Amino acid sequence: MAAAENKKTRREFIADGIRTGGLIIASGAIGALAASSHAEDTVWQIDPYKCTNCGLCATSCVLDQSTVKCMHAFAMCGYCNLCSGMLRPERVGNTIEAENVQCPTFAIQRSYVENPYFQYVIDENLCIGCAKCSKGCDAFGNGSLFMQIRHDRCLNCNQCSIAEVCPAQAIVRVPAGKPYLLKSKIKQDG
Amino acid sequence: MFQKFTPPFFLLQITTPPQKNPPPDFTTGYQYPVTINPPPRAELFTRIDMVMLAVLMLMTAYFILYKRSRREVRLISLFSLLYFGFYRHGCVCSVGSLQNVAMAIFHNGYALPLSVGVFFILPLLFALFFGRVFCAAVCPLGAAQDLILQKARRVPVWMDETLSVIPYIYLGLGTLFAATGTVFIICEYDPFVAFFRLSGGAMMVTFGILILFLSTFIGRPYCRYLCPYGVLLRWAAAWSKWKVHVAPEKCIQCHLCAESCPFNAMRMPVPDEVRPSRKSTRAVLSRVLWLIPFLAILGGVTGRLASPLLSHVDITVQTADRVWKERHGLVHGETLESQAHRANQIPDDLLYAKAAKIRRTYTLYTTIFGVWLGLVFGLKLFFITTRHRWDDYDADPAACLACGRCFGYCPSEANEKYAEGGVYIKGNLK
Repeated sequence: MAAAENKKTRREFIADGIRTGGLIIASGAIGALAASSHAEDTVWQIDPYKCTNCGLCATSCVLDQSTVKCMHAFAMCGYCNLCSGMLRPERVGNTIEAENVQCPTFAIQRSYVENPYFQYVIDENLCIGCAKCSKGCDAFGNGSLFMQIRHDRCLNCNQCSIAEVCPAQAIVRVPAGKPYLLKSKIKQDG
Repeated sequence: MFQKFTPPFFLLQITTPPQKNPPPDFTTGYQYPVTINPPPRAELFTRIDMVMLAVLMLMTAYFILYKRSRREVRLISLFSLLYFGFYRHGCVCSVGSLQNVAMAIFHNGYALPLSVGVFFILPLLFALFFGRVFCAAVCPLGAAQDLILQKARRVPVWMDETLSVIPYIYLGLGTLFAATGTVFIICEYDPFVAFFRLSGGAMMVTFGILILFLSTFIGRPYCRYLCPYGVLLRWAAAWSKWKVHVAPEKCIQCHLCAESCPFNAMRMPVPDEVRPSRKSTRAVLSRVLWLIPFLAILGGVTGRLASPLLSHVDITVQTADRVWKERHGLVHGETLESQAHRANQIPDDLLYAKAAKIRRTYTLYTTIFGVWLGLVFGLKLFFITTRHRWDDYDADPAACLACGRCFGYCPSEANEKYAEGGVYIKGNLK
């Protein structure tokens, strides 16, 4: 009887030790994290200088319509009359008919600025993130069209399903305070 | 994948193509259109999530351990399912967070965000004191299965014991791939997240439907036979200060609660007649004890041999392999990966060196993973052999999910409630 009681207290003693240890470790770890300057939340973003415009963003996102959209660095744009981001290289004439344009949803809007310059704006509601335009722009233009994860749409999954398949490993975790990796020097309004 | 690779300056010059059409100098006062970049969800909301986690666990502990009532726990489950599941889309959850922790410890260049750390630590800390109250009602994955459980069929003991090894293997694999910075498989194969987001791949939706279908007649199949975080919670809850006890005061050996637990977490007294003799147990035990180091070594060697196979999951290793084969004419054509590698004009040798480094890391980690597997199987055999002897019917604190179903089965409890002049709660005896 005495031995049994003794055993019980020993087990209890060990349990108390484990609990106290756990409490100290847990509070220490949380305290250290809270004090650390790197403990900011992270979000996913595309490094536009690594992105090869393969088009997987359009189909790999968990959302029905991808979180990835095309963005335009206007300061880099040449405002060309014939935009290689807008028109296919193998086109019949320079008209904006369906068989001539890169964008499958007609999300690039072209408007006249001044002779001989034209402005190209992406309609984000139409853009599906297929990267056809940015591929064309990279190939023959200035590379001012580039793909970005839009944070009003992104669910910030712990494992980004686009990052898993990205052949260039261009999707990286960035601090939530600086959530965009923009090309050129456009002012960041985020 | 997670580290930002900054190319040396001379490479940057190549990757940034020269501007073919210089930006024009406008003469009509044209202004660049302003692009608005919406910010991600504010950090304030992550703070709210952390507070919610703690408050919901405290509430569950109060209702289970002090009030001994299941009704409120069900409401908390429903709330967690709606909030953490459908509203927060299930990310980040404690189950997945263990990979972030593993990556922060073993992989350079990843700092653990505070919120993820809290989601990892807090449920374990609560388990040390109150048992698995996180599983009971706060985990949206558990809540999804628990709320649709209709009539639990008993899983045979042999099957239960065999399947319960899977979480340990899954934990090992998840940690291995996270520690090497490869991929978070626990998130990738989360069967519920497709429902929380109401969209997902065909494979995942099928897997999710299967698990949810099983959950209607098998108590929480994911929690018991897959959840890797459950392993850690088991370890913590085994030492918990306040545990779920079926009988409020003293067990009167009425056997009424024996079949009440849908999760096989009830431990029952074994009559002396059916227990194997001490001598035969000792003989088996000595063999098992010899087997453990042998299994650990066998696992380690196997793990090391499997290292090339497992490291091939890593995309850098895959790409390096592919590029090497293409260079040596072993394969024809290009993959998206090798195309991307060339497009970014990274020297092949740099890629090979990177892949070799990852392979070396894998050799070490897969060996450890193998030893872990050996130990898991060895210790499983050990614990099957050595059965503790219980005098009373009670919940096993490590396996108990603190759902509170068993309370209603104890006649002492019903008596007490009746004596208090309380209302006889029908749901409690369901």
